[in-house]
Amino acid sequence: MSVQSPISSVNDFVVRFANVNGSGSASANELFARSILRHGVPVSPRNIFPSNIQGLPTWYEVRVTEAGHLGARGGVDLMVAMNPQTWDKDVASIEPGGYLFYDSTKPMPTSKFREDISVIGVPLTAITNSTYTDPRQRQLFKNIIYLGALCALLDLDPKLVEQLIGEQYKGKEKLLSSNVHALHLGRDWALQNLKCPIGLRVKKSDKVGDRIFIEGNSAAALGAVYGGATVCAWYPITPSSSVAEAFTAHCKKYRHDPATGKAKYAIVQGEDELASIGIVIGASWNGARAFTATSGPGISLMTEFIGLSYFAEIPAVIMNIQRAGPSTGMPTRTQQCDVISCAYASHGDTKHVLLFPEDPAEAFEFAAAAFDLAERLQTTIFVMLDLDIGMNHRLSRPLKWDDARQYDRGKVMTADMLDEGRDFGRYLDVDGDGIPYRTYPGTHPTKGSYFTRGTSRDRYARYSEEGAVYADNMQRLVRKFETAQDMVPRPLQANAAKPTKYGVIYFGSTSPAMDEAIGLLESRGHHLDRLRIRAFPFHSSVASFIADHDFVYVVEQNRDAQLRQLIVNENGIDPVRLVPILHYDGTPITARFIASSIGDHQDHLKVTPLRKAVS
Amino acid sequence: MTYIAKPKFHHPGLKKNELGYTHRDYEGKISTLCAGCGHDSITASIIEACYELSIAPHRVAKISGIGCSSKTPDYFLGNSHGFNSVHGRMPSVLTGANLANRDLIYLGVSGDGDSASIGFGQFAHSIRRGVNMTYIVENNGVYGLTKGQFSATADRGSKSKKGVTNTDNAIDLVAIALQLGATFVARSFSGDKTQLVPLIAAAIRHKGASFIDVISPCIAFNNHAGSTKSFDYVREHNDAVNRLDVLVGRDPISVDYAPGTVQVVEQHDGTKLALRKLDADYDPHDRLGAQTFLQKHAAKGQIVTGLLYVDPDADDLHTHLDTVETPLNTLDEKALCPGSAALDKLNASLR
Repeated sequence: MSVQSPISSVNDFVVRFANVNGSGSASANELFARSILRHGVPVSPRNIFPSNIQGLPTWYEVRVTEAGHLGARGGVDLMVAMNPQTWDKDVASIEPGGYLFYDSTKPMPTSKFREDISVIGVPLTAITNSTYTDPRQRQLFKNIIYLGALCALLDLDPKLVEQLIGEQYKGKEKLLSSNVHALHLGRDWALQNLKCPIGLRVKKSDKVGDRIFIEGNSAAALGAVYGGATVCAWYPITPSSSVAEAFTAHCKKYRHDPATGKAKYAIVQGEDELASIGIVIGASWNGARAFTATSGPGISLMTEFIGLSYFAEIPAVIMNIQRAGPSTGMPTRTQQCDVISCAYASHGDTKHVLLFPEDPAEAFEFAAAAFDLAERLQTTIFVMLDLDIGMNHRLSRPLKWDDARQYDRGKVMTADMLDEGRDFGRYLDVDGDGIPYRTYPGTHPTKGSYFTRGTSRDRYARYSEEGAVYADNMQRLVRKFETAQDMVPRPLQANAAKPTKYGVIYFGSTSPAMDEAIGLLESRGHHLDRLRIRAFPFHSSVASFIADHDFVYVVEQNRDAQLRQLIVNENGIDPVRLVPILHYDGTPITARFIASSIGDHQDHLKVTPLRKAVS
Repeated sequence: MTYIAKPKFHHPGLKKNELGYTHRDYEGKISTLCAGCGHDSITASIIEACYELSIAPHRVAKISGIGCSSKTPDYFLGNSHGFNSVHGRMPSVLTGANLANRDLIYLGVSGDGDSASIGFGQFAHSIRRGVNMTYIVENNGVYGLTKGQFSATADRGSKSKKGVTNTDNAIDLVAIALQLGATFVARSFSGDKTQLVPLIAAAIRHKGASFIDVISPCIAFNNHAGSTKSFDYVREHNDAVNRLDVLVGRDPISVDYAPGTVQVVEQHDGTKLALRKLDADYDPHDRLGAQTFLQKHAAKGQIVTGLLYVDPDADDLHTHLDTVETPLNTLDEKALCPGSAALDKLNASLR
């Protein structure tokens, strides 16, 4: 027996399922996560999957967290080891004192276990094979049987799991009863043969509240529906495909004319990303709200069109679900690595608006807002999600919509305005905000038409290669970008409990890990003011936040400190004052990582005066 | 010569079409192409066709890529919105524009470099999707703006102005368009306006993907002996299979034809296409036959022109997507936003 005492924890532990992809485990695992939510206990699940369809290892991690820490924690307390391929690594990843759950049908040599963990064997294959004859049924119900066993081991209320199964198979009685039966097979076996519960337990609580459980990609797609997008063109690429697929599903539900049944939307799967963005730009030029969803490689392909959108001033919305690059990189792993490539996408002098949602609720809000911004600013707006937000179910505040809200269609000159004799110059800045008026094609028989081009032109859209005319236009575009600063979501600041000389800047999916890390750091005596950046161009409060602190950590999920570079570049900040904290192995950033990186740096400061450290 | 403003005055007795527009209302800026360029004749044919059809000029969206041909939309329909987009990407921009507003007429103007090389994929995919458009390729077999490099439609064995022989096989865009399901396919010659004008008019009236390949000699870089896209060569090898008259609306067929020589095709919108057969064996409703015919004649060095294929009952991308009749760009939040009640319901289902 181990000298290490088994971990004992209620509503605060990590379970990881190691499966083979294509084995049907995903729905059972998700059922597990949802059933804990039904106990009123927050969970934060994550899919860790290969770029493959069948046969390769896949993991599903569920962080059970009464305290509501939704970032990845790191470490595993209970490993459900269902994949012999990854057994050794899986067993090695268990925390000392943790638990290993495995299929004990075939005896395993003791060398395959660890002394400092508790081993729980359930003869899953034997139970399954004695109950089912059909191979596919054996495969699928094995998953439900281990779920049943976990119910007993973690003290889950079987009624709540049954209720969920009931909702899932509503109207399919046969499937419903056979799933419930399998659940009880596993649960009963565990109750009769094992000591239940183990040290890890789920206890009913009330910490979930009215929050919803949704993937960021689905929320962003819903934002596009609410934001009035009518044209979507896309090319399949992980991890963004589910945005377009969710948009399709939402549109089928909400966007058919009740009288005729016809579609109030058009979705085209393009032949590539070039066509996708081309369709978006054509549609937006013609006055429809249009978007595409893609990931890093797609952004690379779209850059020529993005430059056209910037220079010819055509609205476009691009949802970039970031994954680890460069090149094909790690297609199924998360990063925040396209900050620079999107901010400055395309040749020549260009700058683009980026929005950084932290979770599904903001993905919904920012996606909807992106269409207003794109039409108001007549340029490309990037909604920068990443795989971690996009492809995982996240507990999120409910989505809200104000029915009084009207779409901001931007500066559009109508036939009436033209008839009133309004001076129409497509690139004429009449209001001093750098934003000109546009007309939709087909507006007026004799007024307001113009020729859109990617070449240089004067304020009235007439072709020109005059240096002064070109510079005049480029300067107006800078003015327009300055206008954007006050239109995009502002940074959110949260001050430390005690006055501090140090700050931290972060954005996007780092948010939950950062919130948790603050607590960990405080317990070590380190206090930090926080600023969550939500958009580029940066609001003036970013520069003042940096000015107010001796130095500021910039936490991000890429190798090259891209947000830090952008801040240094755009705000003329002395780079020494921004300390990069970088996580870029493709796994989601954790509170442990942030707290230890910043904590070590802070500890070091206590030994060496700052002046000496930076000289 | 864009610095010369085109005078707006015109003869008061200038003929007007049904909508009261004169020929001048369909013109654009002064062309900056070389004197004698075939593309300018195509521009004139587009103007003529739009005038003849009495199209309200502002109801046309003219979209192009990059190159000499793609500059031409500035030279016709000055009261229409134009979009000189990205090299090889006219088809996607046009597709998007068409999805946004199905009520406008979409004229895509491209060249052989734009459509057969850099934009070959977009050409193909816009055709196979059945976008309702008139897609005109002004085909001169050469890159004009960059001074005379071969394009992908240059015939194998043809010579460049500098004397280089092309060793690559040519892409025949008409053959590809047929194979990909274009529902209106024609080829013409910029030097033959009487053939070209009705073809453009019929293509505009066609609902579905219309494609016209117009051989348009490049006076500067591809009009020499040894070229297969020169005025002389095309005239000598032009094999027209039919002649077309377009009859719109109530117009009776007033042209006298010898019995048995005319085939009348009625399109969806009531437009009648009167086809005078020049080749007795040619059937413009036979997609497979057209493909074989083209290949046989190409092997003999002949350039087959005329209306090569038409499906009068064609549909388009909007039909495939089953979109509402109202243009999508006119739908407001009332029509598009499901509202807070639907969202509350959705929230409840996600708990």
